[in-house]
Amino acid sequence: MNRELRRVSYVIFVMFLSLFIATTGIQIINADAYSQDQHNVRTAYDSYKTQRGAILVDGQPIVESVKSDDIYRYQRVYKDEMYSSVTGFFSLYQGSTGLESAMGSYLTGKNSSQFFEQISALLSGNPVQGASVELTIDPVVQKAAWDALGKKKGAVVAIDPKTGNILAMVSKPGFDANLLAVHSGEESNANYQDLLNDKDGPLLNRATTELYAPGSVFKVIMAATAVESGLYTKDSTFPNPTKFQLPGTNVFVQNSGEGKCGGKGTVSIADALRLSCNVPMAQLGIALSQERIRAQAELFGFGKKIKYPMTSTASVYPENMDEAQTALSAFGQYDVRTNPLQMAMVSAAVANQGVLMKPNLIENVLSSNLSVLAQPQPEIFSQPMSQATAQSVKEMMIGAVSRGVSGNARIQDVLVAGKTGTAQNGKGQPYTLWFTGFAPADNPQVAVAVVIADGGGQGQGGVGNSLAAPVARKVMEAVLRK
Amino acid sequence: MTNLLTGALPKIVRVIPRNRNIEAMLLLFAVGLNAFELAQIQLSLLEKLTPEFFFYWLPPAILALVIHMILRSRASEADPMILPIALVLNGLGLSMIYRLDLGSIANGGTELFGTRQIIWTVIAMAVAAAVIIYVPSHLFLRRYVYVSMFIGIALLLAPSLPFIGRSINGARLWIGIGPLTFQPGELAKIALTVFFAGYLVTRRESLALTGRKVLGLRIPRARELGPILVIWAASLLVLVLQRDLGTSLLYFGLFIVLVFVATGRSIYVIVGMTMFITGALVASRVMDYVSGRFESWLNPFDSKNYDAVGGSYQLAQGIFGLAHGNLLGTGLGGGIPHLVPLAESDFIIASLGEELGLIGMFAILALYLLFVSRGLRIGFSHPDDFSKLLAAGLSFVIALQCFIVIGGVTRVVPLTGLTTPLLAAGGSSLLANWIIVGVLLRISDSVGGGKNES
Repeated sequence: MNRELRRVSYVIFVMFLSLFIATTGIQIINADAYSQDQHNVRTAYDSYKTQRGAILVDGQPIVESVKSDDIYRYQRVYKDEMYSSVTGFFSLYQGSTGLESAMGSYLTGKNSSQFFEQISALLSGNPVQGASVELTIDPVVQKAAWDALGKKKGAVVAIDPKTGNILAMVSKPGFDANLLAVHSGEESNANYQDLLNDKDGPLLNRATTELYAPGSVFKVIMAATAVESGLYTKDSTFPNPTKFQLPGTNVFVQNSGEGKCGGKGTVSIADALRLSCNVPMAQLGIALSQERIRAQAELFGFGKKIKYPMTSTASVYPENMDEAQTALSAFGQYDVRTNPLQMAMVSAAVANQGVLMKPNLIENVLSSNLSVLAQPQPEIFSQPMSQATAQSVKEMMIGAVSRGVSGNARIQDVLVAGKTGTAQNGKGQPYTLWFTGFAPADNPQVAVAVVIADGGGQGQGGVGNSLAAPVARKVMEAVLRK
Repeated sequence: MTNLLTGALPKIVRVIPRNRNIEAMLLLFAVGLNAFELAQIQLSLLEKLTPEFFFYWLPPAILALVIHMILRSRASEADPMILPIALVLNGLGLSMIYRLDLGSIANGGTELFGTRQIIWTVIAMAVAAAVIIYVPSHLFLRRYVYVSMFIGIALLLAPSLPFIGRSINGARLWIGIGPLTFQPGELAKIALTVFFAGYLVTRRESLALTGRKVLGLRIPRARELGPILVIWAASLLVLVLQRDLGTSLLYFGLFIVLVFVATGRSIYVIVGMTMFITGALVASRVMDYVSGRFESWLNPFDSKNYDAVGGSYQLAQGIFGLAHGNLLGTGLGGGIPHLVPLAESDFIIASLGEELGLIGMFAILALYLLFVSRGLRIGFSHPDDFSKLLAAGLSFVIALQCFIVIGGVTRVVPLTGLTTPLLAAGGSSLLANWIIVGVLLRISDSVGGGKNES
């Protein structure tokens, strides 16, 4: 029997060896990966041991940690709901989102740039204080965007086209992050459930993580593709029927007024953009080919998650379409999906002579002793088109606002370039309304994109020009301090 | 010179029970360790020492001393390490449960486990003392082999009965009368080990030697395979009725290992494991519960499993806790183990791993390994076959249970509903494991055939 017992003891040894190895794997080898898992709230608990840094706009805190009397020692306080899509929340029970998550290592003082502080903290026994993060947001513009959206569901992104700095980022409805920052788990969980169940989706970031059908704002990308291809100029013409039969189907595409696009027998690309006509765009889409359109869209950022430093959802230009689907995609229908950040980038590239700057929300990061830990410099994201192409697209967009169907974005004494969009979402579904553009067209200071979801409460009654363009105008006016 | 000297001296009959003196030293160390843990917890969480310290510290210490004195008079040659190891583990578990209670009170919780655990510790240690007193020799239990079988099966099946059976967290492993619940499977493992040992001692010859040889392997006759089939069916019945893979595996694994030790024939292990794995695989296809456990085991961090009811939330939180502990741990009272559901029972090892770190985990695993190896040592050196099998079986069942539970928490195997021996909150588990301690101590006393081993 002892021979067998010896074998059994080997088996037991192997069983325990596997336990030793598994624990080492969890506690040492993969410990860092687990600590960063989205479900892990221990990291959040730990961060309450230090005073978490503030997030500042124009020198004023929009989020800060103040002393509290309970075991967590600090309470996170959010000042204004209009920043909810920017800051996100920081919760003991729900983890963190937005900048609270993206800038988490700085805010908790755990970033590697704070290494020496960490060492001295270890020696002195005083905890490292979190660094504060100053944003590029202009509070006046942010407020203008927040107010202009009113009660409508939607989002606004405003970018400085020369630097890529984000001047405003609003998603409506917002939420009160204080509801999730409470230290009572019961309250926090209940509030979180309420926010999740709210049918207006206050936790959604409509500015960068939700995707919408772009409708006619996509025509700006079409115009850029056409001119950049070298095959067309803005004055190239297409036949001008009232209907266009999608190849291989019995479906007809019509212009929004169900008539011709302008009165002539042919229509130029510039007029198609100015009057936002679908029939010529459908023809242009087929003529250009989906590959060329996709390549151009990707230069603008489609298909990429953009870190600004939060991470956007990648916009989609569908693959493997037939000709009919390609025709629909040319005016931003079928499965084309995007968000205001992406569309603001498109306008910004046109505004900045074809050079697209990387969007950025961070002005600088200051440690508790006020040394600069990070100060992002303007960075080129891509060059989606030549200067000449950009000039040509700009002229078309100016036409759309000054003489076309995007007229509600006009500002007194300022030349505005822009394009509206009214995307259909299927039979009976409310429209998605858009505007994207920039101002002043001759010396651009702001590129903006506005999306209004669920028809702005008007079902299929509203159009981009009636609902989205006025919002954009208010935002551009705020930047120009008009 | 030395040889000459010793040779010249008259042979001294050892009257001082050397084992007991070693045990006394180790117990002193164990008691000190428990005091240290409790003090650290109170200072860390309450920032002062309170009389509750003695409430958790003294009872196990006194009872360990009582058992020690009983051993001195009634089993002076019993193994000196088993009792101290059991005391350290039980004390560590108590400390952690008390620590979780303090954390729970600070967070406004009301469900406390410490008092219940200390009461059960006292009861369990008293029963262990009674075992040493009332089981006068290692052969005593052999008289009750078939009684043990009935008791074992009754205990095993009790939770499946209507009215008294209770399901907790999906597994039907408890019986309950009013507010009192009990996990009879824990006691069943002792009764069944006694039965297996007794049965196999009588049948080992026929099990070992009969059968035809095919391709160099001796294939057992059908009638010899009969009992294995019965146990296999019973294990699967446990799996189906009580919805717990761990319990089922524990009994079947125990039986297969004892058959192997008794007969020396690996064919039983091969056939047995094949049958069990086949049964478990079929069950995982048929029963959602089992396949869910597998899914959670393989992808615990997948949001689909994480958010599912009865999904991998607990497992993932336990792993986060362990990872939070890192090499040195947060120190007792410094972590946040209460984030893991059942941190005081099924997941106590994750709580300990968080606060004591990898070093603490290694220490705990080493203690279990040492405990098991002392038990196996009795098996190796005992002259009596029944005692050999019994000691080996009881040690193996502890080892296998550790493996299934700790392996479940650390994702070596799918998570199941067993308790960590001696550490976890739970009266039935404490009682059963202290009885095992008592039985092992009793058997170990007779290892030297009644004479001094040294």
